[in-house]
Amino acid sequence: MTPEDPLKAFLARAPYIRFLGMTAELAGDELTGILPFSPHLIGNTLLPALHGGVIGGFLEMTALAQLAVTQSTPRVHKTIDVTIEYLRPGRALTTYARADLRKVGRRIANVHVEAWQEARSQPIAALRGHFMLAED
Amino acid sequence: MSDPNPNLDAAAAMATEVPQAAALGFQMVSASDARGVMHVPWREDLVGDPETAVIASGVVTSLLDHCCGMAITAATGERRPTATLDLRIDYMRPAASRAGVTVEAHCYHMTRSIAFVRAHAWDADPADPIATAQAAFMLAGPIGPGTGGPA
Repeated sequence: MTPEDPLKAFLARAPYIRFLGMTAELAGDELTGILPFSPHLIGNTLLPALHGGVIGGFLEMTALAQLAVTQSTPRVHKTIDVTIEYLRPGRALTTYARADLRKVGRRIANVHVEAWQEARSQPIAALRGHFMLAED
Repeated sequence: MSDPNPNLDAAAAMATEVPQAAALGFQMVSASDARGVMHVPWREDLVGDPETAVIASGVVTSLLDHCCGMAITAATGERRPTATLDLRIDYMRPAASRAGVTVEAHCYHMTRSIAFVRAHAWDADPADPIATAQAAFMLAGPIGPGTGGPA
């Protein structure tokens, strides 16, 4: 099984991912989450800026997608906790995110995710989270 | 209580005027005394795992974040732009299958520029939460372009 298969299955599985309009690309086993801008994602119409919940949801889905690729199982990994840091407003642009699996234990994974738009060196948000790994 | 309450109007507008809140179908339940309650009905396209038909955690994240903002509006009595600094969410358990989610947020402390908010989310019983959250928000000054980021 190539890494593309579990990713395709993950992206196709959740209606919420289609609601966001999220996609992802793989370079080897390293995943980049991609969230094209869409008006329904706006949380602040004055700036305009993406909703904080959208950014949080996208970061979490990127973590789960990366886990789906590296910890492939037909079952879904579960989020235990997340801490989201908002660094810059998410503008009306495509957002990218990459997850770093800091520690993958037998049952728990610790994952850091960072999101950016125009420049990777200027992240708009970061997430740290713990995930309960699904057993086969 | 027949007088129109401007706090409530400002808070109610948050559920309908913000595109993401409208897209998710957020409904305001109440807003008073630095507290806000909001509900999101279950919907097929908001499901995280079709096998269980449980609403996605990202929807709960949006509702928690949004309801925290409403609690700040209920505390200040006006709609000031806020920027989320950080948001910590603990997921106790998944929501029930095909269940909507309700969130209550309490803005328990506010300085001139920062608001501290706690929130919890439940599906059927407020005493049996599916998730709890703790957040800090930066309060923007009077509406203007600003620089965006927390300075």
